[in-house]
Amino acid sequence: METTEMMSYDIVIVGGGPAGLAAAIAARKNGTDRILILERDKELGGILNQCIHNGFGLHTFKEELTGPEYADRFIQQVYEMNIEYKLDTMVMDISAEKVVTAMNRRDGMFRIRAGAVILAMGCRERPRGALNIPGYRPAGIYSAGTAQRLVNIEGYMPGHEVVILGSGDIGLIMARRMTLEGATVKVVAELMPYSGGLKRNIVQCLDDFGIPLKLSHTVVDIEGKERVRAVTIARVGKDMKPIPGTEERYTCDTLLLSTGLIPENELSAGCGVEMNPVTKGPFVNEIMETNIPGIFACGNVLHVHDLVDYVSEEAAKAGEAAARYVQSGCAEASGDRTPIRLVATGGVRYTVPSTIHTDRMDDLLTVRFRVGAVYRQAYVSVYFDDERVQHQKKKIMAPGEMEQIILQKKKLLERPDLQTITIKIEEDDTADPMKGSSDGRNMSHTNESSGAADSTAQADHLKEA
Amino acid sequence: MMQKRDLTCIGCPMGCQITVELDGEEIKSVTGNSCKIGDRYARKEVIHPERTVTSTIAVTGGDKQRCSVKTKGNIPKDMIFECMDAINRVSIPAPVKIGDVVIRDVCRTGIDVVATRNIHKA
Amino acid sequence: MLYDVIIIGAGVSGCAIARELSRYRLNICVLEKEEDVCCGTTKANSAIVHAGFDAATGSMMAKLNVRGNEMMDQIAAELDVPFRRNGALVVCTDPEELDGLQQLYDRGIANGLKPDSMEILNREEALALEPNLADDVVGAFHAKTSGIVCPFLLNIALAENANVNGVDFFFNTEVEKIEAEDALPNGEKIWKIRTCNGEYRTRYIVNAAGVYADVFHNMVSSRKIHITPRRGSYCLLDRAAGNHVSHTVFAQPGKMGKGVLVTPTIHGNLLIGPNAQDIENKEGTNTTADSLNEIIEKAARSVKNIPMRQVITSFAGLRAHEDGHDFIIGEVEDAPHFIDCAGIESPGLSSSPAIGEYVRNLLEEKMKPERKKNWNGIRKGILNPASLSFEERNELIRKEPAYGRIICRCESVTEGEILDAIHRPLGARSLDGIKRRTRAGMGRCQAGFCSPRTMEILHRELGLPYEKITKSGGDSRLVIGRTKEHSGEE
Repeated sequence: METTEMMSYDIVIVGGGPAGLAAAIAARKNGTDRILILERDKELGGILNQCIHNGFGLHTFKEELTGPEYADRFIQQVYEMNIEYKLDTMVMDISAEKVVTAMNRRDGMFRIRAGAVILAMGCRERPRGALNIPGYRPAGIYSAGTAQRLVNIEGYMPGHEVVILGSGDIGLIMARRMTLEGATVKVVAELMPYSGGLKRNIVQCLDDFGIPLKLSHTVVDIEGKERVRAVTIARVGKDMKPIPGTEERYTCDTLLLSTGLIPENELSAGCGVEMNPVTKGPFVNEIMETNIPGIFACGNVLHVHDLVDYVSEEAAKAGEAAARYVQSGCAEASGDRTPIRLVATGGVRYTVPSTIHTDRMDDLLTVRFRVGAVYRQAYVSVYFDDERVQHQKKKIMAPGEMEQIILQKKKLLERPDLQTITIKIEEDDTADPMKGSSDGRNMSHTNESSGAADSTAQADHLKEA
Repeated sequence: MMQKRDLTCIGCPMGCQITVELDGEEIKSVTGNSCKIGDRYARKEVIHPERTVTSTIAVTGGDKQRCSVKTKGNIPKDMIFECMDAINRVSIPAPVKIGDVVIRDVCRTGIDVVATRNIHKA
Repeated sequence: MLYDVIIIGAGVSGCAIARELSRYRLNICVLEKEEDVCCGTTKANSAIVHAGFDAATGSMMAKLNVRGNEMMDQIAAELDVPFRRNGALVVCTDPEELDGLQQLYDRGIANGLKPDSMEILNREEALALEPNLADDVVGAFHAKTSGIVCPFLLNIALAENANVNGVDFFFNTEVEKIEAEDALPNGEKIWKIRTCNGEYRTRYIVNAAGVYADVFHNMVSSRKIHITPRRGSYCLLDRAAGNHVSHTVFAQPGKMGKGVLVTPTIHGNLLIGPNAQDIENKEGTNTTADSLNEIIEKAARSVKNIPMRQVITSFAGLRAHEDGHDFIIGEVEDAPHFIDCAGIESPGLSSSPAIGEYVRNLLEEKMKPERKKNWNGIRKGILNPASLSFEERNELIRKEPAYGRIICRCESVTEGEILDAIHRPLGARSLDGIKRRTRAGMGRCQAGFCSPRTMEILHRELGLPYEKITKSGGDSRLVIGRTKEHSGEE
């Protein structure tokens, strides 16, 4: 343990989950030798290790895998490529100069000078406190992911009788898991008038077992001084406030919370990475680079995903870009042109990326986004400055489903003066004055959500509630 | 005798409410769906609903005490709990490798239960 | 065994008294119904060391608050407890009530505060100190000696130091009955205390039982007292919001009733609360939607733009409000050798060092005990590795690798600190016990990440089966058993 000498790596990857693994592999494939993955858990794979349900990897591997199996495909590649990693290692600090400070039992506290840093820390669950749920604070209240770890990895049962708040996919998956392990799940309450989870999960995790889903409901009281004894839920009005008189009390010993995921960006913010207040993740450009040259972000630390396949895809792009960055002598590779700004408006909450340097984008660039409400028979419109160039009708869009459009490099190059690309939802086709000028040839548009049934196989755990 | 079954389609976020009319095992009509996926899903779901079961199994002598497992294919939906019973009764020795068969032909479904993660010896 | 003194209650008052009495050659024990120290009123309050201008002049509250505040620097230094004088602002939002600020100043003087420790500020001066004051603020009273402390660590440190100086602590020991009997040859009465864990005998009792102090007082005295649990709710915000104010900001007591405070905590979070709600249930520490809404709304009257989206937890505490609204400290008239320490509500935490001193003086006079020669009032807290230099930290990890493993990522708590919390005197036995000693689980994810890891450490270090690991003792079990119970393993 030499404390005075600083280690040095071409690329340091913070996090050995699906994003970090895919980034590392892509960086190695693109010719980077000295790569180090820092992982805080005692094994690689991240949250996938506890996501033992199936539905992962249809895009990437064309077969349906469980979380651990999906992770293992990447872990084996990391082994084969001899990519270095340190387990049980916590990153304590990242500086804007790309010095990473980390710590573990064996090496103590150490600093690494990195040519490039890839942020792949994932996300955490929103705790009860953030929801201001009134009542006592007894044992038996778990975030769904913590319960998932206890049941699936450690082999312990949190309780016998369960109420779940939040119908995000993690909550739904845990409803089934607890049921299969012998617990009784009494009800799943969801604050919103729609579930954030997939239809498949509602059918196969709740309906299959006769578990009621109560939309527009929330928890208004928790009883039990030592251990949860009962939970009261009530209907909420349009203002999301509980309606007096609609209370229903459920005796139970466990309350699981599946009420949202928050990208874990304390380290990113600490080194001056600019954050998007909507995603709670960094703003990135077309190569997943943050505002600090050479610091990249991918996976759920960037924005919370539905599909682990997309995490892997984005992370590979970040890994490849980081490799190019270090090979080019860490020079900023983005030409002189001011980047094109992507504007999310009219029902579109955010886009990833949020800026594009046309000269270094790939021939096709996927722009991912989420909508803020449920839209039926509405249009995804794309404007190049003031001109609408894309107007695509969608049967349904929902906040729980990530959407995407694909931009073609050659179309952007045709417009050297282009400043902004606006993506918005338009509900009424006739309202738009540019109607008729819609030109689908400008970009191809994929519509995952109305694709084949198979494409709904999801990385359930990775999804925002 | 005519029978009606209501289903929620899982094909996409639309979640169409589909009604299937059955005469015994014979499907008379599928309504409520808005695409072919719904029709296909409903026909299979009313006659032969099937599920993949994922769970964990006890491990002895490993660096972990539980190993995740899955049925290698779908099993009849009404056999989920029978299958869980079988899974709960077994413990296997470490090491375990992904794909190792931990229960052959579980509950005579013709489907094996296989490990979905690697467990090393302690 | 016959004790010289038994203290009922291991809150901050009971433990301050225990530490002061541990200076003497006395057999002392503390009986606590919970599984740890700091589980009652001390656990949930504003964590403020008040300056002493608030309490009625001449009251016990005023005297002990001012004295406690004076003593706090030294006691915090001796016991290695974080304490900082951040100053308090009482803000006035009604031009017609500006006079009230002068009254606070005058009362401060009457209570014995130094004139230069207080000042009255106009709006501009107040804003210069605290830019986020509400737009309606027209002036403020500034009490410079007000401070913030960690009530958990103060309570724990007092108990640990008492313990190493010979005071016994018995947890999970609820007092059920107190009787007097003639026993000693000199005719001196002794007390027989029946608990859920057997009987204890003692010459003196100190009743420091928080909201239950009236119950024990009334067992031995015909002059009844009555304590109302007065519930106050709080919201704790992420450290990211911790700089929203730097002073403790109180609303001026006035027409709208007593306002709530907004304060940084000694650990860098932001705390808002409490409201005041009189209840019957002495265990009623639940929050309600109304009370949370009330404090959020009231806090906004003093401080603007509080980032409520950064709330990481909310909780409620009970103040032991006696009908006479003053501390009742002293020997009970019709029950000799029974010392009350009752009605300890705000400013009880601030007064606690003075309460210890006061009861010590009282018992010294009555018992004439001999001082210990080897009494050691210095206690070292759990090492905070973040306070070390890079090299020192590495040296530490080389010796104790557990300091290299982070268990709680939000608060950067290492396994080394958790092991220390478990194995030091009166060590932690539960998740909350570890949390109060190390802050593991107190951060923004609220133990989502670390609780399985902390459980593993408790299991390993204490040989506790998982099913017996609790959040806070009693029936607060975290898991009910194993999966696959019929697999034939083990």
